[in-house]
Amino acid sequence: MTTTEIVDMITVVIDGFEVSVPKGTLVIRAAEQLGIQIPRFCDHPLLDPVGACRQCLVDIEINGRAFPKPQASCTIPVESGMIVKTQLTSAVADKAQKGVMEFLLINHPLDCPVCDKGGECPLQNQAMSNGQGQTRFQGVKRTFEKPINISSQVLLDRERCILCARCTRFSEQIASDPFITLNERGALQQVGIYEKQPFKSYFSGNTVQICPVGALTGASYRFRARPFDLVSTPSACEHCASGCDMRTDVRRGKTLRRLAGNDASVNEEWNCDKGRWAFKYVTAVDRLTHPMVRNEFGELVQASWPEALAAAAKGLKTHTSAVLVGGRATHEDAYGYSKFARVALGTNDIDFRSRRSSEEEREFLAAHIVGSTTTYFDIDRADHVLLVGFEPEEESPIVFLRLNKQRRKRALKVTAIASKLSIGVEKLKGEFVKVAPGQEALAIAKQTLTVKSIILVGERASESAGVLTAVAALADSSGAKIAWIPRRAGERGALEAGAIGNLLPGGRLVTDSAARIDLCAFWGTESLPTSIGRSSQEIYSAVNSGVIGALVVGGLDPLDGANSSEALAALERAFVVSLEIAPSEVTKRADVVLPVAAITEKNGSFLNWEGRARSFDSAVQDSLNRSDLRILSMIAEAMDTSLNLGTVTAAAKEIATLGAWEGTRASMKAVSVVKAPVLAPDQFILNSWRRLLDLGTLQKGEENLAGTARESVAVISPNRAQTLGVIDGDILKISTSVGSVTLATLIEEIHDDAIWAPRNSLDSQLLVNLDASHGEVVTVVKL
Amino acid sequence: MTKLVPVLSAHWDEKDSFTIQAYTRHGGYTASQKALSMDPDAVIQVVKDSGLRGRGGAGFPTGMKWGFIPQGDNKDHYLVVNADESEPGTCKDTPLLMANPHVLIEGCIIACHAIRAKNAFIYIRGEVTHVVRRLNQAIEDAYKAGHLGDGVDLVLHVGAGAYICGEETALLDSLEGFRGQPRLRPPFPAIAGLYARPTVVNNVESIASVPAIIMNGADWYQSMGTEKSKGTTLYSLSGHVNNPGQFEAPLGITLREILELSGGIRTGHSLKFWTPGGSSTPIFTSAHLDTPLDYEGVAAAGSMLGTKALQIFDETTCVVRAVLRWTEFYKHESCGKCTPCREGTWWLVQILRDLEAGKGTEADLAKLLDLCDNILGRSFCALGDGATSPITSSIQYFRDEYIAHTKNQGCPFDPVASTLFVGVGV
Repeated sequence: MTTTEIVDMITVVIDGFEVSVPKGTLVIRAAEQLGIQIPRFCDHPLLDPVGACRQCLVDIEINGRAFPKPQASCTIPVESGMIVKTQLTSAVADKAQKGVMEFLLINHPLDCPVCDKGGECPLQNQAMSNGQGQTRFQGVKRTFEKPINISSQVLLDRERCILCARCTRFSEQIASDPFITLNERGALQQVGIYEKQPFKSYFSGNTVQICPVGALTGASYRFRARPFDLVSTPSACEHCASGCDMRTDVRRGKTLRRLAGNDASVNEEWNCDKGRWAFKYVTAVDRLTHPMVRNEFGELVQASWPEALAAAAKGLKTHTSAVLVGGRATHEDAYGYSKFARVALGTNDIDFRSRRSSEEEREFLAAHIVGSTTTYFDIDRADHVLLVGFEPEEESPIVFLRLNKQRRKRALKVTAIASKLSIGVEKLKGEFVKVAPGQEALAIAKQTLTVKSIILVGERASESAGVLTAVAALADSSGAKIAWIPRRAGERGALEAGAIGNLLPGGRLVTDSAARIDLCAFWGTESLPTSIGRSSQEIYSAVNSGVIGALVVGGLDPLDGANSSEALAALERAFVVSLEIAPSEVTKRADVVLPVAAITEKNGSFLNWEGRARSFDSAVQDSLNRSDLRILSMIAEAMDTSLNLGTVTAAAKEIATLGAWEGTRASMKAVSVVKAPVLAPDQFILNSWRRLLDLGTLQKGEENLAGTARESVAVISPNRAQTLGVIDGDILKISTSVGSVTLATLIEEIHDDAIWAPRNSLDSQLLVNLDASHGEVVTVVKL
Repeated sequence: MTKLVPVLSAHWDEKDSFTIQAYTRHGGYTASQKALSMDPDAVIQVVKDSGLRGRGGAGFPTGMKWGFIPQGDNKDHYLVVNADESEPGTCKDTPLLMANPHVLIEGCIIACHAIRAKNAFIYIRGEVTHVVRRLNQAIEDAYKAGHLGDGVDLVLHVGAGAYICGEETALLDSLEGFRGQPRLRPPFPAIAGLYARPTVVNNVESIASVPAIIMNGADWYQSMGTEKSKGTTLYSLSGHVNNPGQFEAPLGITLREILELSGGIRTGHSLKFWTPGGSSTPIFTSAHLDTPLDYEGVAAAGSMLGTKALQIFDETTCVVRAVLRWTEFYKHESCGKCTPCREGTWWLVQILRDLEAGKGTEADLAKLLDLCDNILGRSFCALGDGATSPITSSIQYFRDEYIAHTKNQGCPFDPVASTLFVGVGV
């Protein structure tokens, strides 16, 4: 277990009651322990104290010596012998607080009836609890134009602002994006953006959430609802593997907003803008609503559920079948796919990795990741964090915030093995070990770590041969912990559920007869397939060579893989049963289409990168849509077999009862680095990653969010720029045999051999346009 | 009767008093030589023994402040001189620096030696371009003469015109390149000041007083002034007097004495009210003519010695108008960080404008006093407190005059009568 830290406790008296709190606790929070609520605005437990609003004034004496005037309880740590009198027992403190409240309100507009914050507004609430019923102010209020955009998604109403500086402190202290600041002075002081740098922070939505008034509002939610008309459901974020606790607010069956939930061990009280604002894809007009079956003329036509299920069962029974899950299934749904493949289809040909992947990765996951327990808490205590194929700010933003917190708190050492120095690593003041794309393994081998270090490995590590072998070796020699942080929310759960060819649920090895017997007994099946199943890529090849005839496809984009033309050809050729929420490239080629529930319409859980369950309830109560799991059960029944998984709850119970395998663990074969290619003067090695905000499917329908995405650029080194004769802003054409993209040049810190471009952003869809993403040689010319 | 004792201002009447030649002619830069040959702690002890107190307003013992700097901590230490003289009425540092910039430079050298600092910064108010030029020339001359550069470097930083930057922690923020707003204390500047290093922030006059103390000794300085307020200081006389200017005298002199020495109130008029130390010190009336102008004497009479800016107003002045002008200044200069000062001054101005225009009521006076009570001691820094002083003290002494405005439905005074050009036939 964790080591217990010895904490000095200090006892103080507040309003006549004794309370013992850890040394360093602020008076305002010691009072909370007693249930005494001191009103406050600028105070926020996760931000540095500022003492600006003066709302939390209390009387304090220490060992008989009284402060001559009331003190801000949000700035003063407890001391032994301290006696505090809040508004409840001190007339002076009470008058001081009422006076400050009156001051705050003189310039605050009477917008409450039309303000988004009305009903959940700390100013409104505390004006009722700690203010006076009537104002004595008869003068002229300060006015501003309202509202103004400080980004495409954040609106600022300066009249409502009480200048608590929560937003500016968040941006500086938590996100390290100091793009907003207070300027001007006196009552004309206001939040402002820099002339040349709008508020393009991935974390800007948190400022809207912590604003204690309606000064900062989200463009997409403004004037859409009153808080008291919303039904709130605790939920979990489906966008990445960080695992944010969330709250989903629904009115009349429609999700209107999502907020960061409070989970100290994961996301604290923050989330990223994608998690907060990218939810409209669920209600986008093109949702699939009815089952569809392809008729004899090759047309996809609406069908009843019995018709569609019968068609699916028939096709799957008459072909050799495989399962492609996608990385966004819940843990329970992934378990359903895993069990369906083994029980209904009798195959281990299943893979959740609908992206570039490798056999080295599959072995690495089985040997080092399934069942592993590295957590955020380990980051808090690490002496050194090594980033491999992982760009935290773009690919798992809450991991970035956690690293940044430890950087600020105790100068945590971060080292990034990468080709390009990213904005995120710069903000973390990380050490940048510059390597050519494909040659990362050599640099990893040179790192020195300790048992207190952590290696954070991204899914992109699979894109360079030998990287995961080197990571495993480094962890082995140093004792450092490994954590694997995929981008998609469902991947860790799918791994644990055995939605992959070499593993059964709970980390049981496909090739381990003891594990198979254990599972046969548990599932009540006679036998399970014994050979290691195919990977996604191998499944597509097998379809194209006629070995596999049918595919069950969960939510995935076939263009995300290594060879998209092969994937599309396979989907064209096979009998495809597609479980999807919206029409896609798969739908176009499917034979049976079965609509499934989106995240807000079902319950379930994700396992985040830690392996921690992030469960959620259905936020929309009257949805007719069913989870993948329920539909797979119905197909199984139509195939005259049974999954015994009627509900998500039943699946969760079955997963828990089955438990993790404690027998043999897999080992992995070492893979060597591929020798770096020799480059012609106009050739580069491609490097890319997906940006947090890009053309991802789950960001559809949210223009305000898209407006804060980073610009698409092609990044090259100063040396190569000189050789090519280009300067910042010149247009470069990047080509492969498949196609090309054209992007503006940005000269930055990057390996001379490398060119970087965003993987799936506006004007830069590398997989579609180049069929390349990392390690491929591309030709670059100046236009 | 106490006489004027020019120490700082001893040679201001000489045409070239500001030059390094004049300064050395009168023994300049020998005090720093003497100090540099002493142990730093001994220098601090002399300043402590002299009883010198901060001349920026608060009157904190200068030697004690120096003694707070942790020694042997292997950190850089800094000396910062607050020359951001911006308070209405306060006008001592500007003439001092115009007439004798070198005494400040020498004081910096001695202070840096005492607190083991290698770098000193003078943060000067941006509007006084003529002083900036003169001080820059003096610093250049001191470098050429070898007084600076070998052990101590001195940087003159020109502010951008914010009253708040006279508050020492806001000054440090501004000096670091940030927007000037007061910092949360603790940590105090002595522990984490400029660039989070131990820092002494002193007023111009405090530092300028040090060379004379080193040359003449603590006992000499102790011999002047009153029991707890030692030495001489600059009293800045302005307003309705015949002969405004700087009058240097031992602490404890009275306004009556200064007026007698200087030529009195504007001829044909009588004293109505005055500030002992700038606009943020509660006003006095003719009843306080014999109050000893030292830290204790002024405090006992209900005000503060402040910067010894004696602004004199005669009977032609409307006190409501004067207070409104001051309050407009505080509203304009509020930094905006804390609620009471930011919102309170916005409100006070509106009430005072109504009162001056005769649109107020007697109930407004109670409201004003209550608002002042909600600002005083509730704001983040002392500048919010200062904004209430003219209001509360003027209502204390001149309540009837406020009420006269409401009854009269306007100001009963002729504003021209209080001007310098009255009777000139404008």
